[in-house]
Amino acid sequence: MRDVRADFPLLFQKPLVYLDNAATSQKPRVVIQAMQAFYEQSNANAHRGVYRLAEAASAVLEGAREAVRRFVNAASADEIVFTRGTTESVNLVAQGWAARRLGPGDELVVTELEHHSNYLPWQRVAQQTGATLRVLPIDATGALAAFELGPRTKLLAFSHVSNVLGTVQPASRLIQAARAVGAVVLIDAAQSAPHMPLDVQQLDCDFLAFSSHKMLGPLGIGVLYGKRERLEETEPLLLGGGMVHDVGSSTWKAPPQKFEAGTQPIAEAAGLKAAIEYLESIGMPEVHAHARELAAYATQRLVQVPGVRVHAPAQEREAVVSFQLDGVHPHDLAAFLDQRNICVRAGHHCAQPLMRKLGVSGTVRASVQVYNTREELDLLAAALTDARTAL
Amino acid sequence: MSLYGEKVAEHAKNPRNQGALAGANATGEGVNPLCGDRLRMQLSLEDGRIAAVRFQAEACMVSVAAASILSELLPGMSVAEARAFPREKLLAALETELRPSRVSCAALSLQVLQTALK
Repeated sequence: MRDVRADFPLLFQKPLVYLDNAATSQKPRVVIQAMQAFYEQSNANAHRGVYRLAEAASAVLEGAREAVRRFVNAASADEIVFTRGTTESVNLVAQGWAARRLGPGDELVVTELEHHSNYLPWQRVAQQTGATLRVLPIDATGALAAFELGPRTKLLAFSHVSNVLGTVQPASRLIQAARAVGAVVLIDAAQSAPHMPLDVQQLDCDFLAFSSHKMLGPLGIGVLYGKRERLEETEPLLLGGGMVHDVGSSTWKAPPQKFEAGTQPIAEAAGLKAAIEYLESIGMPEVHAHARELAAYATQRLVQVPGVRVHAPAQEREAVVSFQLDGVHPHDLAAFLDQRNICVRAGHHCAQPLMRKLGVSGTVRASVQVYNTREELDLLAAALTDARTAL
Repeated sequence: MSLYGEKVAEHAKNPRNQGALAGANATGEGVNPLCGDRLRMQLSLEDGRIAAVRFQAEACMVSVAAASILSELLPGMSVAEARAFPREKLLAALETELRPSRVSCAALSLQVLQTALK
């Protein structure tokens, strides 16, 4: 892959080893410029005015929707809903679809690896409807254990790539099992969309959620993909301007407009489109190969450091690796690494059920993006060797 | 170069008053939501004063050192004084400049103390 570091103003200006990409990625100049260009050239409200400037703003928003459609290979841009991020996307399906359709005896199924944003919304649906929330366990190697879905399984929600372990879930096997029992499938793609080519038609999922800011785009915008018939079954969370046909009879517009009440973040949409085009200019297969290669290299380097224990070391992983350093608390290690301008995440990563399974209160997590290099992972490994004596 | 200063490092390595307190008549527990760290503090109260303190922690250096330092300051204090123990005083006693993201680690021990004295 070509060296892209100079494309990222924040990384170019500072000597920084930024390895917290699973939390949020840095932004290339083209993304920042696209947002500025919107404000300087096209700023108006979308889908409101009949003057040319307003039409230009609408075109920016819909151009971004088409870019997202292409990015995940959806059949239609009408299946792409803009949200504030993965969290809002999951909550929209939980309250707008599941809470209205499930009842006592029904089952919601998630995995033990879920981020709280793909766990708590379902827990609430279970409380509201009397349905049961069942958690598919992972085994000692970090892989999903053998599982079965039942005739009452109405919804299966799973993270495509674990935000803690970086492990890839067997999406096609999970989706086939869901199809066999007639369950609806939601994929939390927050950690896969930044690195893996996605094809929602090939995956045959009902819903897929991800955030712009982890895939080089701006904060504050995300996506919910939904099959047309699923989106038609889903009620909006927010009511307001731009989503209603007739106020008297409360008939909503067709998807995606019915989910997009109020003024949309058009500059952020422009930034997301620029991020997608940037990733496409590198090539998603190359981005994917880079994420896998660096994750494998990180694992290989870290297991050689005395006292380091990598979680799920033998599993296939994408972009993310979690570990412990014997006798050193994750936050103390992260603070030590910060002194060397190395940014890693430490803590429970909003995945407390998984922390319980791993038997730790928190881990240290390093996660990469297109601009990271093997040399940076060498710096991390060297710093860990020093941390053991210093702390 | 020490990460959090000498005093925090020393207390983190050799925490004072660590362990369970026999005959405790006030107990508090708390979790730091930043990291899931747990801290438990037990006190022995006599005539409205703190006679003894011990704590148990599975926590970072900052949390452990703060609990250790606090445990040395509390004995002899009235319950009313302990309830009003100023955060700034504990932070100053650490003799280091904590990053803003880590102040909650030090404050955990005060939060647990307040719970115990409720």
